This record gives sequence, structure tokens and C-alpha cells, in this order.
Amino acid sequence: MRKAPIIITAVVAALFVLSWLLKSNGAVVDENSMSAISQGFWITLSAFLTLAVMSFLYQDNPFYKFAEHLYVGVSAAYWMCMGFWTTLVGNLVPRLSEGLSNWFEVPYVGFKPHFIIPLVFGFLLLMRLSPKGGWISRWSLAFIVGTTAGLNLPRFLSSDFISQISATFMPLLVNWQGIGSFFSDFSLSASGQFIGILSNLVVFLGVFCGIIYFFFSKEHKGAFGVASRFGIWILMITFGASFGYTVMGRISLLVGRLTFIMGDWLGLIS
Amino acid sequence: MTNIGLYFSIGIIVIGLLAILRYSLKGKDIDRRIIFLFMFITVASSLLFKMEFPEKPTLIVKKVFNKIENLPEGSRILISFDFDPAMKPEVMPMANAFVRHCMVKKHKLYIMTLWATGQALMLESIEEVLKPEFPDAVYGEDYTSLGFKAGGVGVLNVIITDFRKMYATDEHGTPLDEIPLFAEVTSAKDMDLILPIGGGAPGPKEWILFVGDPGKVPIAPGLAAVVAPLIYPYYPKQAIGLLGGVKGAAEYESELLRNYDQFKDMDTPALSMMGPQTMAHIVIIAFIIIGNITYFRKRRMNDNA
Amino acid sequence: MKRLIPVLITSIVGTVLVFSVFFPMAETWGEDFSLFFDIIAVFAFFLGGGNLVRVHLIKVLNKKGDWKFSIVTLIAFAITLTAGLFKFGSVDIAASVTAEGTWMQTIFNNIIAPLSSTMYALLAFFVASASYRAFRAKNREATILLIAAFIILLGRTPLGMFMTGWIPEWFSIAQIPNLAVWIMNGPNLAGQRAILIGVGLGVVAMSLRLILGMDRTYLGSDHD
Repeated sequence: MRKAPIIITAVVAALFVLSWLLKSNGAVVDENSMSAISQGFWITLSAFLTLAVMSFLYQDNPFYKFAEHLYVGVSAAYWMCMGFWTTLVGNLVPRLSEGLSNWFEVPYVGFKPHFIIPLVFGFLLLMRLSPKGGWISRWSLAFIVGTTAGLNLPRFLSSDFISQISATFMPLLVNWQGIGSFFSDFSLSASGQFIGILSNLVVFLGVFCGIIYFFFSKEHKGAFGVASRFGIWILMITFGASFGYTVMGRISLLVGRLTFIMGDWLGLIS
Repeated sequence: MTNIGLYFSIGIIVIGLLAILRYSLKGKDIDRRIIFLFMFITVASSLLFKMEFPEKPTLIVKKVFNKIENLPEGSRILISFDFDPAMKPEVMPMANAFVRHCMVKKHKLYIMTLWATGQALMLESIEEVLKPEFPDAVYGEDYTSLGFKAGGVGVLNVIITDFRKMYATDEHGTPLDEIPLFAEVTSAKDMDLILPIGGGAPGPKEWILFVGDPGKVPIAPGLAAVVAPLIYPYYPKQAIGLLGGVKGAAEYESELLRNYDQFKDMDTPALSMMGPQTMAHIVIIAFIIIGNITYFRKRRMNDNA
Repeated sequence: MKRLIPVLITSIVGTVLVFSVFFPMAETWGEDFSLFFDIIAVFAFFLGGGNLVRVHLIKVLNKKGDWKFSIVTLIAFAITLTAGLFKFGSVDIAASVTAEGTWMQTIFNNIIAPLSSTMYALLAFFVASASYRAFRAKNREATILLIAAFIILLGRTPLGMFMTGWIPEWFSIAQIPNLAVWIMNGPNLAGQRAILIGVGLGVVAMSLRLILGMDRTYLGSDHD
């Protein structure tokens, strides 16, 4: 058996214990000792799990795999418990059983026989786990697909299609006070006429040309090709902006983690 | 001391970047782990040697602030914590800033979440911000928390017509009929403003589609940076304003500090994050530039050959 | 039968939900179907959990691949599930499952939160690496994308103002933070809206096909 992994594991374990002791603040003599010891343990565990995940940056390793598998197991159970208590106990039980409602201490709203339907569909969905009865879970899947389609159809049509087109038709001359005052102020304070006119024009043309770019039934030549080209430029700016925001978001998450490691755990920053 | 440390770190980063540039120009490949190390040093050093900058709110953030500011006392505001710990660093500051602003304006606060992972974070905001900073606020009269329900848009499609059909009780098991805040509230349409905070699905987009638009309720989302550009098309008609990423949160925090003396000692995580954020952006821009210089140099050499 | 009944279910449920928007008498049905959906969603969580257990149990029993780590998954799953279903640490059965002092709260704060946030934080490193390796101004379109990204990266930090704050107000169009704001409200909004309109139409068309039974791919093959 190779010695290196054993030594590394022993060192990590020793560091864990050391951190636990230090974070417990000498709790052995304190009256709230148990609370301090457990707090020390949990903060050390959080820090070591953070480092275990970060160790993947060097290369895949057993500590990362441990953290990854732990995360999967805990998360799945967490969502199950949350769903059970908030929705099954909160919404289904009060409509089906007075006895169970009293047991769970949720207000009984009266027997609603049609609420047996989701219960049945729920169990049919679980049949997916059975090797032979998997086909019957399609009924539940069909319900889920039907609900999603039925909910999405009117809402996407109204909010993402009609409202978006309606919002694109804006006045192209905003706060117009004449040519002279227009050229006197190139302010981007977002309240002047220049920015108003420029933004509305870019939005109108950008949406129009962006849609043209996605229209593949006609060859992109001539005036249509020019519009399509402008459309792709607008889309490129859009993707550039999205990239910038994505970088910003990812860095924020890293800052958040390092704040925990350097602040809450190591105490280097307040 | 702080400044010396900061300058020292910046010096190391600049020297390192120049070294990478020189190395790349020689046509050698940089190991990805060196780039990782750079990112780590950049963020860690700017965290260690605090860098803070003043923030000026942009119009889109100011509109959200002004909306909450100008609503009459006692208006009903719903905050939905639709996020998980992965998004927490950038959106939790928004959530806390919203809670502070709503409470100081004496609005009635309704808190809920469409994410199972949002429930503990919702509780964190209540326990660590609302209760300690507003000890006079009474649960059930000034604020209430509904907790999590599974189903996402299914939940929204019900609460747009009837809260009680979806939530028999609040998070603590109290029937809604016994909570004074719900005495005159039937559905989400009774809200004066909805502040969905998040960056996934279900999240702010679903709130706009399934509650804001059909119920004609003003929506002002707080967004994780990744999804913020996607929500801009809803502004200003379907979303009155929005907060995008940690920058949006920092602008909101600065506006709170500027307008309310009582918050001068408050925790401002978003403002504190802008230092490391700035440094990391510079390093990423430097990497893009170095990568492009190397690319064009190689291309020219290949063309000449 | 294996395909007809699911298609009928999809059609009926979809039609009722669409009708509930237009006809007040169908509103209650719409609400009920939404509630059914929420309840079935919880069973989907159970299905996910059950499948996880099955996959890892098979791995452990067959001693395949990283089977030792699968034991970690199974133990973690069992402990969390027990703590959550029995509300360990809770004083009252009606209280929230993640209430102060519960085991679930401890597990969430000290295991789920650090693991979940660090997994995503890793992306910051990969974004940096990708910026160096892949973000090239190879042609005009890529250059436009690059410039837009630069303006946003600079404009969303105080550095943008530091670099261009000296530009007078009457020409503030050239100040990077203003330019970043304008990009977001102008070209970005236009591009995103063009995509949104396309996606919106796609969702509507797809929903219609599902409700009318024209698209049955979600049912898989008859051999499933």
C-alpha cells in the first residue's frame, strides 16, 4: 500500500483537529463548552469542505470526491425533506385526512376527494424506479408536461411575445427641443434627449435586425443581409455584456468563499 | 500598513502578469494552475488589505430605491428569496438591504421562497438583520414569513388568485387567518410591490410572467449577475427597475447609507466586495489582452513562415 | 393504450390551464391543477432521491469505480433524510423543518452551503483561464464582443470612473460607466429582446404541439 495518501490523510486529520481545538476557544473550562465545541467543529468542517472542493483546481483527488459525494447525498435528502414537510404535509394532508392533519398539527380544510389524483400520480411517478412498471410513470410525466405547457402558453405569449413587441415600438424622438440643443449636449445621464433618442433607435433597430438574423428562410443578401449583419453586431454586444456580467457574478462567489475562509475561519479579516 | 500590503500585492500581480506576457511571447504554454493562483492572490490580497470605493447608484437601481422610498407607510411588500448558497454572496446583500429599507419605511413585509434552499437563507436574513436591527417589529403585524413551497410556477399560478389555497399556514404553522398581516390580503395582487431575488428558475422571470404581468403588480427584481442581462428587456414596463449582481447591491447599500444615518454602522458586504471585484476584473482583462497579443504574434509568425 | 392515455392527460390538463386564463369558471380548476403539479413535483424529488440510492447501491454492491465514495453518498443521504423527516432538534412538529436549532439547519449551514457555494466559486478560476486561452479577437464580430465585454468589466467597477471620470459632463457619453449603462439599456436590451421574442414564440409553438398531441417525444419509445 502506498504511504503518501495515508500521510496526507493523517496530516489533514491532524489539521482538522487542531483547527477544531483553536476554533473552540478553550471551551473545556467554559460553561457553554458544548456549544463552543460544536461551533468549532462545524466551522472547521465548513472550511475543510470548502478547501476540499477547491483542491480540484490542482487536480482531481479523493478529498474532492469525498466532498462531491457528500454534497450529492445531503442535497437530495434535503430537497426531499423540504418537499415532504412543506408541500405534502402542508398542501395534501389537510385536504385528505383529518387524523393526519391533527397528527402533523396542520389545519384541516375538509376532505377534497379530487386530491387523491396527485397522490395517485405521485406514486405512479415512483414506478419509474421499478424495472417493469416504468411505462406507467408516463401518466405522471404527461401531467407534468401538460401543466407546464398549459401554464407557459398564455404567459409566454403575453409577456415574452406581445409585451416585448409592444415595448419595442417607442417614440424615436424623445424630449425633442430642436437640432441646436440636441448637439449641445452629448450627456449620457440617461435623462437627456440624446440618450433617449439613441437608446430607442438602437432598441428598435436592434430588435428588428436581431430577429432578421434568426430568419433563415430567406438568403441574407442585399438589404436583408445588411440588416442581418447589423443584427449580429447587436447580438455580439449582447453576448459581450453577458460575458462581462458572468465574470462579475463568478468573482463575487469566489469573494464570498474567500471571505468565509479568511474571515470566519482564519480570522484574518473582520 | 494596509496600504503597504496592498501596494505590495499589486506589485506582485503586475510583475507576475508581465512575466506571463514574456513567457507567452516566447510561445510557451502557461499552466492553468498558474492562472488559478493569480486569481486567488488577486482576490485574497484585496480582501486582506481592504479596498473600498464610493458608489453612485445608476438610474435603474435608483428607481427601485425610490419606489420603496415613496410608497406610503404600511404598504405591502413581498420579498421572495429564490436562491441558494451558491448565489448568496451577490444576492444576499440585496435581500438584506431590501429588508432594512422596507422596515425603516414601516412597510409590511411578506417573505417567502420558491427554492427549498432559500428557506434557511430567508431565516438567516430575519434572524441576523430584521430582528436585531428592528427589535420593535412584531411578527405577524409588521412582517411574516411563508416559507417554501415546491412547484415553482405552480405556486405562483395559485397565489396570483388565492394565498390561502397554497399556504394553509405560515412557516411556523400558524393559520394565515390568524395572522393580522393577512387580514386584508387575498392574493399576490394585493401586494404594492414584489421584490423577487434570485438568478435561476423559478425566479424573477417567473414572477414577472406569472404574477407581475397578469396581476399588474409592480416588480423590482434583485438578480444574480449571470441572469441580469436577460431581464433587461422587461425594464421599464414589466420591471420598474432592477439590481444586477454585486454592483447593483453595492449601489443600493450606498443609497441606504446616504439617506439613513441609522445605517451608518450597518454591514455592507456588497460595498466591501467591490474592491476584490475591481482587482479581479483588471486581472481578467489583462489575461484577455495577453492571450490576444500572443495569438496575433503567433499568427503573424505563421504568416511570415 | 400506453401512449394514448398520456397524450390525453397532457391535452386535458394543458387545455384546462389555458382555459383558466380566459374563463373565470375554469379558474378554480387551474388552481387545483397547479396544486396537483406542486404535489407531484415533490414526488419527483422522491424519485430523484430513490434513483440516487439505487445507482449508488448498485455501485457499492458491484464494487464498481469509486464505490467507496458511494458509501459516503448513501450515509449522508440516510442521515439527512432521517434528520429531516423526524425533524431532529425541533421542539414543535408544526415548526419549520429548518427552524433555528434543528439538525437540518446545521446540515444546511455547515455542509450544503459551503459545498454548494464553493462548487460555483470554482467557476471564477475557469473563467479566468478561458479568458486567457479562448477569448480571441479573431474577426470583426469577436472584436465587437470583446470590446463590449471590456466596457462592461470596466464600467461595472469604480475603475471605469477612475479612468474616464475627467471627461466633462457635456460629453459624458465617453465615460466608461455611462457607456456600460447604455450598453445594457440599449444594445443588450435589444439583443436580449430579439432572443426573448424568438424563445417566446418557440415556447408557445412547443406548448401548442404538446397540448394538441402533435409532439409525443417526451413519452420516449415503446421499449422504455
